[in-house]
Amino acid sequence: MKYQVVIGLEVHAQLLTNSKIFCGCSTRFGAEPNSQTCPVCLGMPGALPVLNGKVVEYAVKAGLATNCAITPRSIFARKNYFYPDLPKGYQISQYELPICVNGCLEIEVDGEIKKIGITRIHMEEDAGKLVHMETMDAGEKSYVDLNRACTPLLEIVSEPDLRSADEAVAYLKKLHQIVVYLGICDGNMEEGSFRCDANVSLMPVGSDTFGTRAELKNINSFRFIKQAIEYEIERQADILDEGRKVVQETRLFDPATGTTRSMRGKEEAHDYRYFPDPDLVPLVIGDDWVEEIRGTLPELPDVKRQRYVAEFGLPEYDAEVLSASREIAEYFEACAALYPQAKTISNWVMGEVLRALKEDGREIADCPATPRLLTDMLQLIEKGTISGKIAKTVFEEMYKTGKEPARIVEEKGLVQVTDTGAIEKIIDDVLAKEPGQVEEYRNGKEKLFGFFVGQVMKASRGKANPAMVNELLLKKLKG
Amino acid sequence: MKITREQIDHVARLARLELTDAEKEMFTGQMDAILAYVDKLNELDTGGIIPTSHAVPVENVFREDVATESLGTDRALLNAPDRSESFFRVPKVIE
Repeated sequence: MKYQVVIGLEVHAQLLTNSKIFCGCSTRFGAEPNSQTCPVCLGMPGALPVLNGKVVEYAVKAGLATNCAITPRSIFARKNYFYPDLPKGYQISQYELPICVNGCLEIEVDGEIKKIGITRIHMEEDAGKLVHMETMDAGEKSYVDLNRACTPLLEIVSEPDLRSADEAVAYLKKLHQIVVYLGICDGNMEEGSFRCDANVSLMPVGSDTFGTRAELKNINSFRFIKQAIEYEIERQADILDEGRKVVQETRLFDPATGTTRSMRGKEEAHDYRYFPDPDLVPLVIGDDWVEEIRGTLPELPDVKRQRYVAEFGLPEYDAEVLSASREIAEYFEACAALYPQAKTISNWVMGEVLRALKEDGREIADCPATPRLLTDMLQLIEKGTISGKIAKTVFEEMYKTGKEPARIVEEKGLVQVTDTGAIEKIIDDVLAKEPGQVEEYRNGKEKLFGFFVGQVMKASRGKANPAMVNELLLKKLKG
Repeated sequence: MKITREQIDHVARLARLELTDAEKEMFTGQMDAILAYVDKLNELDTGGIIPTSHAVPVENVFREDVATESLGTDRALLNAPDRSESFFRVPKVIE
């Protein structure tokens, strides 16, 4: 039978705060195990949590950027379960009244735009980390590090609106781009700052009744989410084809094999007995606060992309690459403020700049060829001081040393030769050295023209003005 | 009866409580009485009333996002029944 896959995603984004969500412990990554803990995040009796105001601000930002309604009055709830990485025996989360609801994102897959609903966004604390070590007691002991316990998370839950692995990846990338743009999450998937669970089920094509779903966990890259969903589609289709039933359960994705395996039945684990946390007072967010936060939102990637097309006349592709990250966009806009030819800037940024940065693993904010240096160099090309080809040499040097392009041109003697007499002299020398080729050319072998151009450029060490070389060479060859 | 012996078993398991048969018997009776008492509230019409999550009229209490000093590893582990280097050591959890 033909099946339609139905996917909903739950994303956990770790917020970029200095301190934890309910206590003052640092959230710095990589500290000595259990060094960043206190009575609150260790779950000591009598310790009281106090909400970090920054977390609320970040949650509202995420909500506004994903078209959510901000809940005027929201509360925290306790989610009760036992696990060694959860010192209190409950996780402080939100249940009935999450801070953001009813949002949506637009994604584009194969040229089609689709709206994906966001059910809710809520704030919660992370659990600690269970470490499994290769020690003598590895078989019977686990090790617990509570530095991560109580770090702030946003859980962003989509509607089951996704209908393919590609749509899921597009949605996830979009969401990732937004939280990173907002500066509320570093987006590092390997370190677990942005992680994703996927609810996947199948139904016969044409049906509108969802099948039983499996929840896939441990998916920490865009590639893995595609793999995990595609594997799960196949697994569930096989089960249904054999006339059996899909079991509702949590399944762990194994990146080594690209498969998923059952973790445990979820029925009892799901009995979390949520209730309002009496330790945390209600959160009331008035319109004025929401508007104040709205005023701090950066221009988001979709809007930026459209503006680059409308304002700078850039092709869609360029606009997309340049708006992909906030840092690249800032670099481009700084250049565009200094030099009017946006497409020329775009070509250099997408070409030389991004290539050079990629080669030595540098961020664009640390690019030694700053927007001012790059645009100064573009001015030199426009004025004819250097050719576009020589400019690549100048750029390399500028990137390496951060020197002014004009100084590089001067020091290396790279000024373009535009003196007719000087170019004619070079041409004459070249033609004198190649009488045979000149003969052949004059007898009709016109494709030799490129050869002569090459020789002249070489003899001038790339400095001759190419247009003038073409013109003068043509004249000379005609005799 | 408001509550069954099976529900007592279930709740005890969720709370990781090990109860003797006599205790289960006793708690079933006690919880039944408590629930019957709470049931009395259902006689009231609460249709237009927002559920009360908190009894004290206080809202919006926040901390500044400033990292303060923590306990440090050794003090954090002082109460631990078992430790190994900088970690709490616990019975292995099987997933």
